Amino acid sequence: MALRVMARAAAPIPLDVEFEVMPGELLALVGHSGSGKTTLLRTIAGLWRPRHARVAVGDTVWLDTAANVDIPCHRRRVGMVFQTYALFPHMTAAENVIAALHPLARSERAKEAERLLHLLHLDGLSGRKPAQLSGGQQQRVAMARALARRPQALLLDEPFSAVDRATRETLYREIAKLRKALDMPVVLVTHDMDEARLLADRMVVIEKGRIVAQGTTADVMFDPAALRAMGLREVASALHARVEAQEDDGLTRLSTAAGPLLLPRIDAAPGTPVRVQIMAHEVILAREAPHGLSALNALPVEVVALKPGDGPGVLVQLRLGENAILARITRRSADAMKLAPGDRIHAILKSMAVARDHVRGGAD
Amino acid sequence: MDWTALWLSLELAGLTAALLLPLSVFAGRWLAYSNFAGKGLAEALVALPLVLPPTVFGFYLLVAFGANSFVGQFWQALFGHQLVFTFAGLVVASVIVNIPFAIQPAQRGFEGVSVELREAAAACGMDPLRRLWKVELPLAWPGLMTAMVLTFAHTLGEFGVVLMVGGSIPGETKTIAIAIYDRVQGFDDRGAAVMSAALLLISLCAIATTFALSRRVGRRLS
Repeated sequence: MALRVMARAAAPIPLDVEFEVMPGELLALVGHSGSGKTTLLRTIAGLWRPRHARVAVGDTVWLDTAANVDIPCHRRRVGMVFQTYALFPHMTAAENVIAALHPLARSERAKEAERLLHLLHLDGLSGRKPAQLSGGQQQRVAMARALARRPQALLLDEPFSAVDRATRETLYREIAKLRKALDMPVVLVTHDMDEARLLADRMVVIEKGRIVAQGTTADVMFDPAALRAMGLREVASALHARVEAQEDDGLTRLSTAAGPLLLPRIDAAPGTPVRVQIMAHEVILAREAPHGLSALNALPVEVVALKPGDGPGVLVQLRLGENAILARITRRSADAMKLAPGDRIHAILKSMAVARDHVRGGAD
Repeated sequence: MDWTALWLSLELAGLTAALLLPLSVFAGRWLAYSNFAGKGLAEALVALPLVLPPTVFGFYLLVAFGANSFVGQFWQALFGHQLVFTFAGLVVASVIVNIPFAIQPAQRGFEGVSVELREAAAACGMDPLRRLWKVELPLAWPGLMTAMVLTFAHTLGEFGVVLMVGGSIPGETKTIAIAIYDRVQGFDDRGAAVMSAALLLISLCAIATTFALSRRVGRRLS
């Protein structure tokens, strides 16, 4: 069932937002702190009530200020992962999960908690208290607890901000894997554009309580308004790929919709789906298929659109199979090449431009 | 050693603590979690018995509970005897005097349970009563325990209010603190010394317990 959200308020945080999340879809609410994104999440959960708002999942209305409907948080079937996880410190990992399982028959709770902890790779840790778990483990317990209610909407409030970078990478991969098993709408609040791009199907960029851009991650990354709102100067896009083979010289061969891609070694088995992050300013465009070039990766692409940026640059949106990637070139180059939508050209990706830590597991 | 007086004191202290426990849970929780106009005034009222001389407090209670007062007449009609100078009157006075000792530590205890934890409990589908039972009380209990221990110890030592409202009727309103005063007045230094030592020991144990509990809270929150 789709989650539909509308919120308007003047104070204490100005809000004027309307969006929809489909079942199984992951929507990222992206914005700086104070933009109102967490307030929106809290509105969905029932922890905050804006002046005018409507929140509904399928036919179930959770909040409708016009009709004076306001179902309290504990009677909305939401799963929420808090920024600091908010695990109950006096309970073990299993008890934390069981705390959200109480509608279930007593005899089934322990078994279901074990199943959820297993799903999040927490086997053997069920008896530990939160203080005895690492940050990443705590986050997974929080996730298991959020899933325990079989929520109609899963809400993630900056769930990766309290763990170190390496742990975050692992958790990204696991969330991406876990998502296939989730059939409810998922809303992720984050200030990290990279995170949104890697995990989300769609993005809503919020600034001062208003939506400045929304759409597929590829579309939003191409929108100068969104980039300005996020204060981004370096734009990147994500490319779906699959690990094909490990080469003898330490490179990994990926297959993409537009052809093979060679990257520095990725530790993943053949067949593993990955998303490759490509920085727009690291992409070189050429009219002809390049010869005698040291760069290994040249893919045929189609120009979709050109958008002038604030400076002397132009952002070129390119179609590559079913993916869209971005290239930032100078306006002078674009003019010299006479680039126009529909042109079939080549994009050269320096293999080093695809940095190792930009390769993460992703939903395919 | 005046065993009757000691027993009376323990009975009074136990009853006062038992009666104040539910109040400290609900008032302490309310003061900890709600924000309302006049919250400062409510907190000041709760703290008032701390600063008011016991004789002043006792005087007002005497006036309020006396035979001519509304409360006094109501009590008379209900039970057929006066409220002042009885054990029941002593219990009522003791409950009121001990409000700050019961509510303030309870409030601190509930304040230690973060908003996020309470919201997480709601997001787990727990209704308010279940949240109180499963999350708030288990985390706030050292505060509540401190409240009860302080109330108990303070009741044992209460003198002024007990004398004003209860008089000094043996077996009815003569508590150990008053018995000690009587012994000193009657030049029975040995009796006073034994009872004082007993009271000192009980109070010391009570305070040591609360300190140990607050350290425990500190550890848990850090």
